[in-house]
Amino acid sequence: MNLDFSDDQKFLQSEARKFLEKEGSINRSRKVLEEKHNTDQDLWNKIVELGWTGIRIPEEYDGLGLGYLELCVVAEELGRFLAPVPFSSSVYLFTEAIIKYANEDVKKEILPKLVSGEIVGTLAVTEDLFAPTISNIKTTSENNIVNGKKIAVADAEIATHSIVVSNSSSGICLRLVDHSSDTVSIEHQDTIDESRGHFSIEYKNSPSILIGDESNGWEFYENLLNQAAVLFSFEQIGGSQASLDMATSYAKERYAFGRQIGSFQAIKHKLADMYVAITLAKSNTYYAAWALSTESSDLSVASATARVSSTKAYQLCSKENIQTHGGNGFTWEYDCHLYYKRSKLLSVNIGSLPNWKEKLVSSLEKSNTY
Amino acid sequence: MDFNDTPEQAQFRNTCREWLEKNAEPKSNKKKEDFADIEFLDVAREWQKKKYDAGWAMLHWPKEYGGIAASPIERIIWAEEESKFNVPRGIFEIGLGMCGPVMMEYASDEQKERYLPAMAEGTEIWCQLFSEPSAGSDVAGLRSKAVQDGDNWIINGQKVWTSGAHFCDYGILVVRHDPNLEKHKGMTFFFVDMKSPGIEVKPIKQITGGSSFNEVYFTDVVIPDSQRLGAIGDGWKVAITTLMNERLAVGDANGADVKEAFNWAKKQDDSGESLINNRATRESIADWYCEANGLKNTKLRTMSALSKGETPGPEASITKIVSANKLQDIGNFGIDSLDMAGMLRTDDNEIQSFQNAWLGAPGLRIAGGTDEILKNIISERVLGLPQDKRSDKGMPFKDIPSGN
Repeated sequence: MNLDFSDDQKFLQSEARKFLEKEGSINRSRKVLEEKHNTDQDLWNKIVELGWTGIRIPEEYDGLGLGYLELCVVAEELGRFLAPVPFSSSVYLFTEAIIKYANEDVKKEILPKLVSGEIVGTLAVTEDLFAPTISNIKTTSENNIVNGKKIAVADAEIATHSIVVSNSSSGICLRLVDHSSDTVSIEHQDTIDESRGHFSIEYKNSPSILIGDESNGWEFYENLLNQAAVLFSFEQIGGSQASLDMATSYAKERYAFGRQIGSFQAIKHKLADMYVAITLAKSNTYYAAWALSTESSDLSVASATARVSSTKAYQLCSKENIQTHGGNGFTWEYDCHLYYKRSKLLSVNIGSLPNWKEKLVSSLEKSNTY
Repeated sequence: MDFNDTPEQAQFRNTCREWLEKNAEPKSNKKKEDFADIEFLDVAREWQKKKYDAGWAMLHWPKEYGGIAASPIERIIWAEEESKFNVPRGIFEIGLGMCGPVMMEYASDEQKERYLPAMAEGTEIWCQLFSEPSAGSDVAGLRSKAVQDGDNWIINGQKVWTSGAHFCDYGILVVRHDPNLEKHKGMTFFFVDMKSPGIEVKPIKQITGGSSFNEVYFTDVVIPDSQRLGAIGDGWKVAITTLMNERLAVGDANGADVKEAFNWAKKQDDSGESLINNRATRESIADWYCEANGLKNTKLRTMSALSKGETPGPEASITKIVSANKLQDIGNFGIDSLDMAGMLRTDDNEIQSFQNAWLGAPGLRIAGGTDEILKNIISERVLGLPQDKRSDKGMPFKDIPSGN
């Protein structure tokens, strides 16, 4: 029985933590947000230098050839330190799509450049103010030419490429588009969390390469989300724990009515509830990490369970962190809002809580769990 | 990450399974027996004796008291395997889980030899006498008196919420020997023969209609000083040892869980409709599934630490809070699913399990530490928050306001 990371993985995690702390990742996130930089290019370059973008990329394509578990521990730290970089878009979604579904030529072309940082990717799905489904994708792809407009695409500006979920005559398919083409126009969109920029992307007769096959794109997309959900969950746990740590230390420092506010049960019970939520989420996410790393048939149930639990945990912890800080928590100056905003970014970025609950129950119905 | 036993653990699991297969029936959907049923007591004793003779009763105990000095992970492996068989449970847990460790730590060698094997074997059953009518969450507020009389102590007062007192042979007892001292300093700990003259046991009728708990009255009960556990005035320290074990023993709330709710929701009514198609139901199922599996996976993490010989983190402290509240919600869901007919008692096992969950869960949210006390414990012991201000700090016990 070993539902835990190995010593090597824990070492990688502690190195990641030291690095992000030393780099002042949280302050960098604030700066990106305040100055609308969309991303922190310098931090991203350093992350590329550390090799993290190639953790899962096989050695034959210049990657580190490690497994998902190594990615999980790094994800937890990126979440804890609110890293303002396109890691989730480029690594959990784009890179995985290439590794899993691209043909050998594309892999040879793209994967080494993802390692070196020459290529950064993102996934473009949403088109309107509602959830994308298999039946509402309007972006078209015929004869390798993509036309359409995507919105709310995270990290699109720093991304050199996108994978576009599009509709062809034979069904939904995934299309790789190079942003350097003048057929692609990217525009910043204002968001409620500017610590990682979101953009619209318009494709006007954009040349593209098919990733996977012409008709099973939606299934590939759902598989990618199931995998990415586990890694997002690790970021969410990291952020939840940081929020609880912040609330706990404030509850010990802050005095009211002649005593530490952490001695009031109203505060203690709030923080205990946060601890409970994090513990449930963490345990479910560890299990999902196992399912991901072993390609278990239980992955769709396990990843939805992790996703729902950690989204709930981060929402609870980040909002109650503000509440514990009282008026201070509502100021721009305190960091509480950085976590609150990031919790929302992470919770809608690959689909919102109600939709993941629905996914969990429909996966349960399809599985033979019960 | 993997879920495999080490070769040694696998071998141990095999030994457990082989013995269980020879001596017990695998679990079926047989109806559960009633806790208070006297016949059940005999069946439970017989099973306990069988286990004791083979070394399984208290496997982590040293050999001289009937154990096999098993490691924590081996205890868990045994419990996992035993839970797959249809064996009586619920009679010995308090004695073995809470009284046993206290006796092991504080009783004399002769007393250990005399009492521990009989406790493990099931010939003598033990109960715990802590709570009082005016000392619940604040159990240190207890008032039952102990007055020293030569080599004896004379006990007067009342205990409450004593599980199984009506069939127990011995009990552990904490009482106040000096009300002039501060609350936590004036207590002393004993074990007592439940057949002593002056002890009267009265069942408490619970909101479920059943009676698993009792009131226990003490009128001039004589306890020899040799049955004192710990020094005079150390009662609270000894009690804390027991309460810590209680919180480990009172863990998962048994009863209807997400699996039952899910399968129930999938059933069709006469018009072919299923609750599983209702969005609110689906959302609840998702929440309960996350909680149930969060607890299951938390247990696996605890086991992983034990398996590596590490001390587990405090994760397990969330178990009762989460499972008792989930039980209450699931019971509620099952009853509501029947709409107006939800009021009716029926022969249907599933409906009964929802109604029993709903009626029983309030007790589980209180027993072994209320939700509120457990949250205090998490916030103080795990998060390191300061204790709440106490109005009775430093006061002699007799001067503490009590409202009556």
